[in-house]
Amino acid sequence: MLLFLIRRLLLAIPALLGLMVLTFVLVRVVPADPATTLAGETATPQQVQEIRRKYGFDRPLYEQFAIYVGQVASGDLGNSVFSNRPVMDDVRRTLPATLELIFVSLLLATLIGIPLGTLSAVHHNGLLDHVVRVVTVGGLAVASFWFAIMLQLLFSMELEWLPLRGRIGVNIGAPPSVTGFFLVDSLLAGRWDQFVSSLRHIALPAITLAVPALATIARFARVGVLDTMQRDFVQYETAVGYPRHRIVWIYVLRNSVIAAVTQIGLLFGALVSSAVAVEAIFDWPGLGSYAVQAILSSDYKAVLAVTLVVGVIYAVINILVDLVHGLLDPRVAEQL
Amino acid sequence: MRLIALKFLRDVPAVMGLAIVLFGLFVAVFATELAPHPEAAFQSNLLARFKPPSAEFWFGTDNLGRDIFSRVVLGTQSAFVIALTVVGSAMLIGVPLGLFAGYLGGWRSELIMRVTDVVLAVPQLILALALAQLMKPGLSTAMLALALTYWPFFTRTVYAETRRLRTSLFVEALQGVGASTVRIVFLHILPNAASPIIVRATIGMGFTILTAAVLGFLGVGATPPDPDWGLAIAESRKFLPETWWFATFPGLAILIAVLGFNLLGDGLRDLVDPRLRRSR
Repeated sequence: MLLFLIRRLLLAIPALLGLMVLTFVLVRVVPADPATTLAGETATPQQVQEIRRKYGFDRPLYEQFAIYVGQVASGDLGNSVFSNRPVMDDVRRTLPATLELIFVSLLLATLIGIPLGTLSAVHHNGLLDHVVRVVTVGGLAVASFWFAIMLQLLFSMELEWLPLRGRIGVNIGAPPSVTGFFLVDSLLAGRWDQFVSSLRHIALPAITLAVPALATIARFARVGVLDTMQRDFVQYETAVGYPRHRIVWIYVLRNSVIAAVTQIGLLFGALVSSAVAVEAIFDWPGLGSYAVQAILSSDYKAVLAVTLVVGVIYAVINILVDLVHGLLDPRVAEQL
Repeated sequence: MRLIALKFLRDVPAVMGLAIVLFGLFVAVFATELAPHPEAAFQSNLLARFKPPSAEFWFGTDNLGRDIFSRVVLGTQSAFVIALTVVGSAMLIGVPLGLFAGYLGGWRSELIMRVTDVVLAVPQLILALALAQLMKPGLSTAMLALALTYWPFFTRTVYAETRRLRTSLFVEALQGVGASTVRIVFLHILPNAASPIIVRATIGMGFTILTAAVLGFLGVGATPPDPDWGLAIAESRKFLPETWWFATFPGLAILIAVLGFNLLGDGLRDLVDPRLRRSR
């Protein structure tokens, strides 16, 4: 298992290096002349020259790349072109909110998606199965930014059940930061009102993000359970006379969640993507809102920092998924 | 062939998907003829602002008094054009790369596939946003950004298929009679890899419509006064909750279009991949 972990980590190195090359190409090669872009439209040629020297644009590309790698490795992603604050500080400030949102969505999607997919498989080709299939296909087709607005329209504006935007009530204030997750921090601080307020605020954005994730998980759970149900051990257990619900919900499910677990890792990328627009709609103070702001103000340093950070997190999540996969199914660990 | 067609026709969701896609194509091609108020689709008419859905304006009117139904119809055209262009360009980049990487092997194959991995390692929308932002924002850069981030999906698909076909008897025979690499790859392997490419392209169409709508919504895609679905939803936000129809109908259009391509793609995949069909 340790060997598997080491090999898996080594495999991640070329991917991370590639990610650096990609962001480097994006920032240094795609814009015709980064110095001119950085200096702004009103800069004099002397100012452009100075910026070129200051940022090292006059050195050969490989040297620039080495400097860039060094900076990134030491956690320095440069200063925001817009606010002139270190971009890394902004990322550190906004990332927990996004992670909390994604974590809650994934939890919601898993807790609903796996039973739904299993029920659908148990009632194969029955009415419930058809309903679930329509829901899962539809859930993947819905534009999350539109769905978010529809939820706001119904639950915040018409019914006034849930808050329209934000992460916690303005007059309640944020709990002292321990984990960065308001739902956890408020409980640690023993502030029930903060917990309820956080929960009410996270509900709509989390539901929005959970819908497509739920659709994917339910789909894979359904196919997985259908496949497993045809295996010999199920026949044996049925013949021996185990109760049906015990066979399905314990033995079959344990053998079919593997595919769904792999999907959860892949879903992370999809969730971060949807989170960009969804956070902007709900004014959720996360990485997505930050990215939208950066795009609107042409803050390319911030945009690249977000790309890089998301890429790194994505790589880490995929390693974790492989590890869980290896634990659930030891054959996988041997293959690598 | 007839057997396959029959099998497809028995798959009700897939047929529904095909019907939606054909209907969408029809609307897209004849958009200017089908729009009931083509003149009211672009011209603002401040006297007719925020009219709720009625017999005259089926989907109501927007903040400038433009007919939303006509704009949704015209938006179908732009959505299909965007999706076809993006998926087509991604195919033009991704398919040859996948063919050569799969057929040649060695360091060239390694290089192509590692680049593919890296592009796939960042969520597509994030990368497209970064690209679109660094170039001059607008519809054409958004389309370019989407194509530049979607090609690896084709490369992966074609690569796997080519690896499988490379050692097959007919390829060895062609190598034996001295056919050139380009000839083998494009004239003989490509047709045999067509089905997974078609499946991938169909799913990609739905995916691209969705992503392009997000870019439009975020303001790095279509620009006013284009009748773009995503853009319309962004414009509608200022006028909620009073004008619910302004936001609702363009979103429903996206939902139906993407649903059509997804259903069709799933149906086609079941035809192509018998292993998955069994699990239905």
